Amino acid sequence: MSEFTEKIAAKFPDEILEGPEMESENAISVKSDKILAVLEYCRSDAGMKFEFLTDLTAVDFLEFDSPKRIAVIYILRNMKNMQNLIVRAFLSDDEEIDTASDIWHSAEWLEREVWDLFGVKFKGHPNLKRILMPDDYEGHPLRKDYPLKGRGERDSFKIIQRDRERY
Amino acid sequence: MGRVEKDLQGETLELSFGPQHPATHGTLQIVMELDGEVVLNVEPHIGFLHTGFEKLAEHMSYNQFVTVTDRMNYLSPLSNNIGFSLAAEKLFGIEIPMRGQYIRVLMAELSRIGDHLVAVGTAAMDLGAMTVFLYGFREREKLYDLFEWATGARLTTSYTRVGGLMADLPEDFPDAVLKWAEQFPKTIDEIEKMLSHNRIFQDRTYDIGVISKEDVLKYSLTGPVARASGINYDLRKDMPYSSYEDFEFEVPIGENGDAYDRYLVRMEEMRQSVGIVKQVLANLPDGEVNIDPESKLTLPGKDEVYTTIEGLIHHFEVTMENKGILPPVAEVYMGTESPNGELGFYIVSNGEREPYRVRIRPPSFINYTIFKKLMKGAMFSDVVSNLGSLNIIAGELDR
Repeated sequence: MSEFTEKIAAKFPDEILEGPEMESENAISVKSDKILAVLEYCRSDAGMKFEFLTDLTAVDFLEFDSPKRIAVIYILRNMKNMQNLIVRAFLSDDEEIDTASDIWHSAEWLEREVWDLFGVKFKGHPNLKRILMPDDYEGHPLRKDYPLKGRGERDSFKIIQRDRERY
Repeated sequence: MGRVEKDLQGETLELSFGPQHPATHGTLQIVMELDGEVVLNVEPHIGFLHTGFEKLAEHMSYNQFVTVTDRMNYLSPLSNNIGFSLAAEKLFGIEIPMRGQYIRVLMAELSRIGDHLVAVGTAAMDLGAMTVFLYGFREREKLYDLFEWATGARLTTSYTRVGGLMADLPEDFPDAVLKWAEQFPKTIDEIEKMLSHNRIFQDRTYDIGVISKEDVLKYSLTGPVARASGINYDLRKDMPYSSYEDFEFEVPIGENGDAYDRYLVRMEEMRQSVGIVKQVLANLPDGEVNIDPESKLTLPGKDEVYTTIEGLIHHFEVTMENKGILPPVAEVYMGTESPNGELGFYIVSNGEREPYRVRIRPPSFINYTIFKKLMKGAMFSDVVSNLGSLNIIAGELDR
């Protein structure tokens, strides 16, 4: 625990989760219900000031001993002392999480990417549709149970036949 | 009677720009709604170059993935190599010897110059100034000859390894770089002469695509785009890595945040990079570039592999699939200042040979999110000014 994660734990005692066991610096695991309040606290509290959303992504913790399967990862940065803070919000397959795109506009596309590749639904997102994969694609390829070589998408390409004799 | 009298007010035109268009410099599509020459709305579509790098990473060892990073920002592959290797080294908890770190700085700065030459050159070419592009490419060609000499490839360099470099520099290489660095600033002067006071270029970039300081934070912008808006933010200074703290350089900051300032920032960054390159060459330490091979992370020298049984066993231990040292169960985030902005790697490891998850923070992708806002209400001709000044690289955008 660092000084900052302790502050979050003191402010939101009911939200803290025991995350998967791994080494990390300045990271905290929380429930996904009140994620916006946690992020807003990290951003605007005078003692925190993590106002820069460096990155937003997700990890499928299927093969870890994890409280819930998917973690949405927010990497925040304090621009004054240049510290990074990693907030992981855990949710299971049937849960939704609030969008952070009202706080940071850059989250809009990043959340679209997470929806596209992990299938996490963001509540209140202005335009939640696929961004990297084709619109008619099925499945979410960065999930751990999605095979590397796909589920036969390549076999379903239409093969063009020559219907004319060569002269 | 007929067409002339028909009321055309209120009709808008939908125009698709790309995915195959020379000014997109890659494959991306922008669907625009136009009222005359005014852009009412744009909808960028991306993903045409999506190749699943992050999924691939979960099935490759750390050193194998270096080859994939070449293909991300294809204008500065060495920066990507260095960014990933630094993240992996942070995970393994190692630091490479000084000579290796200095060579990485040298390569990163040469890549930055190469990247900015193309960014400025293509942006100017889209606005009608063809010569700048050719002058830039002339210098970039010399740079690529140097890269080929040191790494064996022009584009697919794969120069770094976890724990060091593929090889030390060739013997005469530093002198050749110095010779190049001595004559290069002349090209910057030439480009500035052609563009900085060029009326057409000024008209098409002054006050075009203005990004405010608040928007830099709201849209998580980094790199030259953020600095042109007056944000003093450069990871080389603020979170130094690979011994950047040893070098003296200035971080150019813009005032207005328009396309012209982004051009100025890139030009000044090239001058600063030349300064760093000279400092590296003057202070290049002797010694090894890789960490001690006894750590069983890097390969032993070829002379050992070919002549001793211990060397051969060592070589196998590193390369065989079920051998070698394994990373701890951990997560790390490491950001580096690539030419386009912050290139970050977030790695989660479950202690096995392959990473559990690799997330690439692509600067192009995040810088591109503001494009929609910049274009709303702008003129049609500003599309290429904005696109060129943001320097969107499709390989990195889609990964």
